[in-house]
Amino acid sequence: MITLSHYIVLGAILFCISLAGLFINRKNVLVLLMSIELMLLAVNTNFVAFSRFHGDASGQVFVFFILTVAAAESAIGLAILVLLFRNRSTINVGEIDSMKG
Amino acid sequence: MNMPLFQLVCFYLFAAVTVAGAVAVISVRNTIHAALFLVLTFFSSACLWMLLQAEFLALALIVVYVGAVMVMFLFVVMMLDIDQERVREGFVRYLPVGLVVALVMLAEMLGMIGVRAMHQQALGPDPAQVAGGSNIRWLGEVLFTQYLLPFEVAALILTVGVVAAVALTLRVRAGTKHESPARQVQADPAQRVRLVKMAAELPQPEPVAPAAEESAS
Amino acid sequence: MEVSTPILLTIALAPLVGSLLAGLAGGWLKRGGAAGVTILGVALSFILAVGVLVPYLSGQGTVYNQNIYTWFQVGHINASIGFMVDQLTALMLVVVTFVSLLVHIYSIGYMKGEEGYQRFFSYISLFTFSMLMLVMANNFMQLFFGWEAVGLVSYLLIGFYYQRESAIFANLKAFIVNRVGDFGFLIGIAAVVYFMDSLDYAQVFAQIGQLPGKTVAITAHTHWDAATVICIALFVGAMGKSAQIPLHVWLPDSMEGPTPISALIHAATMVTAGIFMVARMSPIYELSPTALSFIMVIGATGALFTGMIGIVQNDIKRVVAYSTLSQLGYMTVALGVSAYSGAVFHLLTHAFFKALLFLGAGSVILAMHHEQDMRYMGGLRRYMPVTWITMWIGSLALCGVPFFSGFYSKDAIIEAVGESHRFGAGYAWFCVTAGAFVTALYTFRQLHLVFHGKPRFTIEAAHGHGHDHDDHKPGVLAHAPKESPLVVTLPLILLAIPSLLAGYLLVQPLLFGSWFGDAIHVNPADNVLTVLGQDFHGALAMALHGFVQLPFLLVLAAFVITTWIYVFNPSVADRIKQAFHPLWKLLDRKYWVDEAYFAVFARGGVALGRLFWKAGDKGLLDGVVVGGPVAAVHGLAASLRRLQTGFVYHYVFAMIFGLVLLLGGYWVFGH
Repeated sequence: MITLSHYIVLGAILFCISLAGLFINRKNVLVLLMSIELMLLAVNTNFVAFSRFHGDASGQVFVFFILTVAAAESAIGLAILVLLFRNRSTINVGEIDSMKG
Repeated sequence: MNMPLFQLVCFYLFAAVTVAGAVAVISVRNTIHAALFLVLTFFSSACLWMLLQAEFLALALIVVYVGAVMVMFLFVVMMLDIDQERVREGFVRYLPVGLVVALVMLAEMLGMIGVRAMHQQALGPDPAQVAGGSNIRWLGEVLFTQYLLPFEVAALILTVGVVAAVALTLRVRAGTKHESPARQVQADPAQRVRLVKMAAELPQPEPVAPAAEESAS
Repeated sequence: MEVSTPILLTIALAPLVGSLLAGLAGGWLKRGGAAGVTILGVALSFILAVGVLVPYLSGQGTVYNQNIYTWFQVGHINASIGFMVDQLTALMLVVVTFVSLLVHIYSIGYMKGEEGYQRFFSYISLFTFSMLMLVMANNFMQLFFGWEAVGLVSYLLIGFYYQRESAIFANLKAFIVNRVGDFGFLIGIAAVVYFMDSLDYAQVFAQIGQLPGKTVAITAHTHWDAATVICIALFVGAMGKSAQIPLHVWLPDSMEGPTPISALIHAATMVTAGIFMVARMSPIYELSPTALSFIMVIGATGALFTGMIGIVQNDIKRVVAYSTLSQLGYMTVALGVSAYSGAVFHLLTHAFFKALLFLGAGSVILAMHHEQDMRYMGGLRRYMPVTWITMWIGSLALCGVPFFSGFYSKDAIIEAVGESHRFGAGYAWFCVTAGAFVTALYTFRQLHLVFHGKPRFTIEAAHGHGHDHDDHKPGVLAHAPKESPLVVTLPLILLAIPSLLAGYLLVQPLLFGSWFGDAIHVNPADNVLTVLGQDFHGALAMALHGFVQLPFLLVLAAFVITTWIYVFNPSVADRIKQAFHPLWKLLDRKYWVDEAYFAVFARGGVALGRLFWKAGDKGLLDGVVVGGPVAAVHGLAASLRRLQTGFVYHYVFAMIFGLVLLLGGYWVFGH
């Protein structure tokens, strides 16, 4: 039967995949943003699982809010991406290093 | 077959698809493919959530995330003119490091969280049904009582997000005519209209003598 | 006249008022006004000073000691402005104001047409005020104030021609050497306060009975007698102020200042402040024979060796300067044999004839259009008879020719030294006697070179009558020298009178009477003047007896030698110089004392400063203390900067790496 640990493991795997995606991807800002969405998904899965197993609705309420905020954040993130593309004509992360010290 | 076993099989199935989709997101060449694989990941994730009897959230995930956010991603991907070839350079070089770090992270997380201990916890009865009513009702009861303020704040965040997105990307094109309400309000009647009092009729001037006209012209 | 506070205040403040008016309102008062106002102030002081002295002359004066204003009070030590007047002070008041008045009048003529005329008068009046405060002080703090003030004004006046580099060098030298002396002086004052808990003269003198037996620990193992320490430390101050060896080097350089101030400050008054101070402190000095021997030896050495330098000088003022050094040595020797009144008497007569000699030299310089080199003078007696005669009177007084004032004071000193049994008296007697010969040598040499013989200058019609000091060919004058105006010669005449008469009239009461009363204390066992007094039969007898004494014979010998050389055989002088060239060089280079000081102290100071600058300030402080952290921060920042690559994925990696470490740490080390 399904135990809590199954979902935890799944969440962990998803999270680590997205982490890997964050830094092996050098060339595409979009994939970066998508990795962030994956990360949020992993966290959400965790929340839902815990909420179900402890019978506490707060977990799911929190997922609700995470969804909201994630939506807003990806909207703004994409707006910034569009602006970035307008100014630099590239979405290559490897070329965006003007904050270099 | 019995329910738990079926659920377990379903779980593994959906989990496999989710993980495969996630891996595909970060590894495929084509950005649009990546976006679509992300959609797949979300879908299977929603199914997983269904297994946990979190129906509302599962559907919300699909409607909001896939239906809105991913569509937005696709909009952007298709809007930007991306040079696909150059996008793939350097992938292999950083793969080992990334993998290593990810695996280490995974190991730590699993060790820390005490996965073994949680292996004992089995899925209990559906709390929503226990409370009486559907998942939505259960969720709603908590949301609109205990978490009302955060709910309103979330609405505000969305508003802010809209405004911010527009403000960031709005381009004012030169040559377009638009009104400026501020300046309209500031218009001063005294500046626009000047009333001049004058007689309705003016007397005709006397006809000038022809000799004077000739010398003048 | 009754001595009272208002009178004493007027004596002190009248010159100050004159100085302030001339200094601050000099432009408005113009030259005549400035001179007039200062002369008025000093004349008033002089008249009142004479009035103060008169009761003492008839033996009816009393000691006046009043505090006027309390300056500060620390614990039970009081520093106040106060006046003490007794015989010694009254005498000094008259000397200071008389010479100052004459110098003021003289300066009208000497400084005519000079830049800074009003400034000059302001300074010399200020000096008069300072000296009067010093002399009338009734406590060590006011004494020190006057001491420092005269040093300051001396600095201002030596550097009067401040655009001249040599003048600035000289005034700094004077001030710094004086400062070294003042350091010792302050130690002396501190020791007085330490042992006797008071700055007031009266209180200190009342307690000197407690001093014998007390000691000062110089190091952990050596203890010196307290009285000796106090006396020697105070004398170090006198060494600076009165130009005793080894702090004598500033006085010849002070000739950079205008001649009137050489007369006022460096002959008659400031340099005598040290002598006055020791005489005033006679109760303390009598407690320490060691200190007195020390004073005697220093004075004797100065008397002989500085006089010898005067023989080879070519500048007319330098000769008189070295003469002053030598005579100060005589006064110091007198102090050293406990003949305090003898020292003061010589101070008095010296003030007159030395001021006369300086002012006379100034008159010659004026006539020679500021040419000061004696090798280009000669035969001036035809052109400047008054100056010639007064210079002769002053010179004879200086040499100690009987009947002139200098004879009485100088001879008394030589005989007092002969009578003394103190350690060093034998050496001192040799020095002062040989000094008489040397004095006569340089004095007559100077007189012959300047006034006698054939003129060694030429007169050419002028190409432009600029009043330039430095810009002329040596020995060439625009027009013939002529006698100086009355404002210049009148002071000469007025000084010649006491140079003639002061000794004859005053020797009996001052030296052998008890005129000084309680102002000067001498231990009866050491009182050489009393011993001399037993052989004293009046001024006339003393003078007649003087003609057969050794000093006069030495003077005669010197006169013969110099006349033979400089009047009849001038070339002999050069041949002697060639023959004795090493000796000549030794004297010409002033025993290389200046060079030694410059090499050790001046260069040493500069080297030390440079060391502190390069190694200390730049190297250590700027380099390590300030620069160290700077370099460290810089280096650290430079290396840390490489973390900021600008790439988001690097930053993410860093975050995750940190998270991994954190989790790992948490996992391993506890929950």
